[in-house]
Amino acid sequence: MTRVLVIAEHDGSSLNPSTAKTVSCACAVENAVVSVVVFGASGIEPIAAEAAGLASVSTVILVENAANSDALAAVLAPQITALADDFDCVFGPSTTFGKDLMPRVAALLGVNQISDIMSVEAPRTFKRPVYAGNAIVTVVAPENHKIVATIRTASWPAVGGGGSASIEARTIDAELPSHTRYVGLDAGNSDRPDLQTANRVVSGGRALGSGDNFSIVYALADKLGAAVGASRAAVDAGYVANDMQVGQTGKIIAPELYVAIGISGAIQHLTGIKDAGTIVAINKDGEAPIFEVADIGLVADLFTAVPEFTDAL
Amino acid sequence: MNRIVVGLKRAVDYNVRVRVRKDGTGVETDGVKMSINPFDEIALEEALRMRERGDASEVIVVSIGSPDAQQQLRTGLAMGADRAILVTADGMPDPLDRARVFLEIVRREEPDLVILGKQAIDDDNNQTGQMLAALWGRPQATFASKIVLEGQTATVTREVDAGLETIAVDLPAVITTDLRLNEPRYVKLPDIMKAKKKPLDTVALDDLGIERSPALVQQRFESPPVRQKGIMVNDVAGLVAALKSKGLI
Repeated sequence: MTRVLVIAEHDGSSLNPSTAKTVSCACAVENAVVSVVVFGASGIEPIAAEAAGLASVSTVILVENAANSDALAAVLAPQITALADDFDCVFGPSTTFGKDLMPRVAALLGVNQISDIMSVEAPRTFKRPVYAGNAIVTVVAPENHKIVATIRTASWPAVGGGGSASIEARTIDAELPSHTRYVGLDAGNSDRPDLQTANRVVSGGRALGSGDNFSIVYALADKLGAAVGASRAAVDAGYVANDMQVGQTGKIIAPELYVAIGISGAIQHLTGIKDAGTIVAINKDGEAPIFEVADIGLVADLFTAVPEFTDAL
Repeated sequence: MNRIVVGLKRAVDYNVRVRVRKDGTGVETDGVKMSINPFDEIALEEALRMRERGDASEVIVVSIGSPDAQQQLRTGLAMGADRAILVTADGMPDPLDRARVFLEIVRREEPDLVILGKQAIDDDNNQTGQMLAALWGRPQATFASKIVLEGQTATVTREVDAGLETIAVDLPAVITTDLRLNEPRYVKLPDIMKAKKKPLDTVALDDLGIERSPALVQQRFESPPVRQKGIMVNDVAGLVAALKSKGLI
């Protein structure tokens, strides 16, 4: 039996889809018994219930504490470390939440973290991407040590529902720091599908030429019911907000349909989309590297082709 | 504030198209251009700007790895760092060992701030800064896109999935950089000459007296699966037809 603790990610009202994907990876560990821990200030029982409904979860641990209101890594890490006594593995998602938190947990437990697990090969053997996904390395965790890892969410399907885990409220006796304080969150445009989890994504690149011109990207996305992303070049040029960046250092996504508009296809961008189902590329430059990975390519001026495409839907 | 410690990792240059060695032992590094990890360059730039504003008195750059990392430290000195420390080690130490080395540097130098890149573009681990903060028992502000210093507090804007989060941390603290924090300066020739006279101390990792962590074994490297080349369509009508045939619209 391998006891795996999954750290739930949530926004105070519902579970982030990354949690069900992390559970899916936890289940791939041989003879896994999976628990999920939900941290919050108060009133998070509905989130715990949501976690308890995930298939294959055996226990949900609910930790309510006023200090947990803002999910600060420095505050959560000592509590997870205390819980880890009862577990062989501690898994979190490779989202900014998990990337911030899990190495802090690993260090407190005295182990290296396995970042971005793509597959479980054996109980202590995993595959993960390095060099912006240009190489895949098989890593083996040392015997007799806990395994702390982040899970590359684009590599794992979400587990289904229908679970009926028990929910156990716990108080954790750990000294919590006050040296870190949450100030606020400036969330981007939230009325569109979430880029990280959307089934369809339309992204724009530098060829759009301005933030205003992104309106044709939004119009197409609206017709497709898609989230909107961007290349790093478009973000750096100030056309759109940083949370729309897709790629090695932005979001790694795996939508069913990805439409790249005016994106040349730098390797750092391709890293973020290589798990997409179907990639469509529209670009004026027929030599652009995006066409090497596109399933359907159209060499055309985006300012005429995209509105035409939108009208055809 | 007095000192800032900045980590500079020697990594394969951003523009190199990395290839896996045929025997699966790693990636090709023979004759490959090596540079400062881009996130670390941003970390140094931020530290230099703080010193130039009078918020810090000294900037120390630190690299852990092969003796060749001297080149990257010299570049860091040419950019404007005051002195450099090279911690030599065989191979690529794991992030926890790196964090323990930084902790030892912190004990010796007593900085108010340690600024590191959020990840290195070779192993893409994204761990060392968070681990150092944990071992040191101090705050971490990861993925920073803006830092405001006021007395003994840093207010840091962080690039998170949901947008831009702001946190306030007491100093000393560890900050890791994201791409949009700043644009690093170019090194000028006279600065390269001047940098040759700046102090660069070398110490072996094994002489620092730190406990080594249980290592992760890198068993085998392989190339990622290649996506099949798709079809080209001539016009929007062709695109719509292709998507329809796949049942996507």
